[in-house]
Amino acid sequence: MSSAEAASPGRFTELRLDGVGRRFAGKDALVDLDLTIRAGEFIALLGPSGCGKSTALNCLAGLLPLTTGSIWQDERRIDTLPAEKRGFGMVFQSYALFPHMSVRRNIAFGLQMRRLPRAEVRRRTEEGVRLVQLEEHADKLPGQLSGGQQQRVAIARAVVLEPSLVLMDEPLSNLDAKLRLEMRTEIRRLHQSLGLTTVYVTHDQEEALSLADRLVVLRHGRVQQVGTPEELHARPVNWHVADFMGFRNLLELEVAHVSGGGVDAEAAVRGEGLTLLGTATGPVSAGDRVVAAVRPEDVVVVDEAGGDNRIAATVEVVEYQGRELAVEVRTAAGRALHLRTERRLAPGDEVTLTVERERLLVYPLAPGEQAPAPLVDAVTT
Amino acid sequence: MSLTVERTDPTPTGPRDPGLSHRLAERGVDRTLLLLVPAVLFVALLFVYPFGYGLQLSFAPAEGGPLASYATFFSDPYQYNTIWITLGLALPAALLNVLASVPIAYKMRGRFRGKRLLTIVLVVPITLGTVLTAQGLLNFLGPAGWFNKAVVGLGLADAPVQLVNNYWGVFFSLVITGFPFAFLLILSYLSGIDPTLEQAAATLGADWKQRFRRITLPLLAPGLATTFCLAFVLAFSVFPSAVLVGNPAGETRVLALAAYQAAYEQYDYSLASAIAMVMGAVELLVIAVVLVWRSRLYAGSTGGKG
Repeated sequence: MSSAEAASPGRFTELRLDGVGRRFAGKDALVDLDLTIRAGEFIALLGPSGCGKSTALNCLAGLLPLTTGSIWQDERRIDTLPAEKRGFGMVFQSYALFPHMSVRRNIAFGLQMRRLPRAEVRRRTEEGVRLVQLEEHADKLPGQLSGGQQQRVAIARAVVLEPSLVLMDEPLSNLDAKLRLEMRTEIRRLHQSLGLTTVYVTHDQEEALSLADRLVVLRHGRVQQVGTPEELHARPVNWHVADFMGFRNLLELEVAHVSGGGVDAEAAVRGEGLTLLGTATGPVSAGDRVVAAVRPEDVVVVDEAGGDNRIAATVEVVEYQGRELAVEVRTAAGRALHLRTERRLAPGDEVTLTVERERLLVYPLAPGEQAPAPLVDAVTT
Repeated sequence: MSLTVERTDPTPTGPRDPGLSHRLAERGVDRTLLLLVPAVLFVALLFVYPFGYGLQLSFAPAEGGPLASYATFFSDPYQYNTIWITLGLALPAALLNVLASVPIAYKMRGRFRGKRLLTIVLVVPITLGTVLTAQGLLNFLGPAGWFNKAVVGLGLADAPVQLVNNYWGVFFSLVITGFPFAFLLILSYLSGIDPTLEQAAATLGADWKQRFRRITLPLLAPGLATTFCLAFVLAFSVFPSAVLVGNPAGETRVLALAAYQAAYEQYDYSLASAIAMVMGAVELLVIAVVLVWRSRLYAGSTGGKG
């Protein structure tokens, strides 16, 4: 697809969501979403189910009217336009292919709606078919294709119009694990070669991290954090985001003392028979309740029992995961911890663990805020 | 094909012989289907036997050859015109019921407040029965009914409009009783179409007319054909309303009425059976035409699935 075609009407340099909100039957599904999308960007909306990410996408697509706020395409307000006037492409979770039309006619549909000359419709349809490598299947009906092929048709149908914005609603969630990885690469490749601005909704943090230029983490309809994959991976803004970004070990502890000030201060935290040194992510002072978060891969098994940040524990559950083992251990105080290690551990082994200070993030807990639910207690199960 | 069958065969070296039901299932035989036998017998007794009896009766007139009853029917315009009269009532009524149901059902697909109440209002005429409907029509549309009082009172017409005891009375009655059937069927067909298909079409730039014509209508068309067949059959066997709100001696002398008169006024059971057979044949012919159209339609839009 040539760059000349890319300069079609509807191009923008900036798409701005201004306080976008949506209520369903008196319940807030999305509150005050502010987001500026630059042309060519790949944005992932990330969050657990019911966090408002699909609502945000449907508002953007024009399939749901906004309750509050506005959407601006450069200086043009577009939230009052119906979906068919916005010129965005959308890939649905269920693919939503037209079952009575062949692959080719599905892909041609949008081009025909634009009343393009017949020769151009034919040429760009064939281009779309080639783009997703479905030449052999172009005359088949969607029902005769596999899930992955259907997904590719849905993507081709959306991108063949060279829309100014492509919206994808959990497009990989109905595929099996292997195909999901393949299609992920495919989507990234398409984005790199076509440069289409994309908003991608997913609940899979790995998918979001690997695809997006920027991530928007939502929870209960509110934005928690916006940032690059590195920022979100290294420094989640609160423990909810940390929990979602793979910090499986969340410990509710108390600050013993703080050295240094403000962000990145070294904070000693204790409780549950542990005393650990971590990095404060916000202002904390001695006596505060905090949540200490660490990823399983940052919990390291060591030989010597002496030194800082040592935790004694007993191995309880071992899951074989190829090169590594996923291990659940229990501290003397009965707290379960998760770690990943290349050591061949077995249930019942006594181990000593450590965590680097930089890897243990200490999140202040607002007064009255609920702490993370304790991990499932093996004794009670 | 045979290759896959072989592969799915149970291994002969298995620990024990698979049970009978298992082996039958391998051949696509489900023994629980045997439970249908009583119902099949029941249908045979109640439908096939009377039909066969009527068929042989139609070929056994009191006098003349085996085709004499059919000859009597088709040589007398007073008799054979009933075919056109019945078709003239049933076809437009069925068509109107189907066409009127589509936009209403289309608007009522989603969830909204009061949907149940509206559905009840639309479906209630099913429970009324033809006689009650006729009674209502006579009261409402009759020469001294509310409708004509209003029309004359408002000066829209000099004399009452004749809307009952003629073609229109029967037509209204068919619409009132036939609409709920068509509506319910079409509503369920429409609800079976994934609403995200229309959303997808919208994001591809199709306005509501294009969405309806290109997506909804082609997917609904087989359902429309089926609904039309059922609505037509229902309307074609019109009898009570043809007598009560029609003009049974003239313009609404329908086939069922002709058969009734042959049987219970002339006591010519053979002629009555012949008329019943003609009725069935005409119905089958119309249904066949619709179904052929339906299969054409599908082959066209599926792009040569085979």
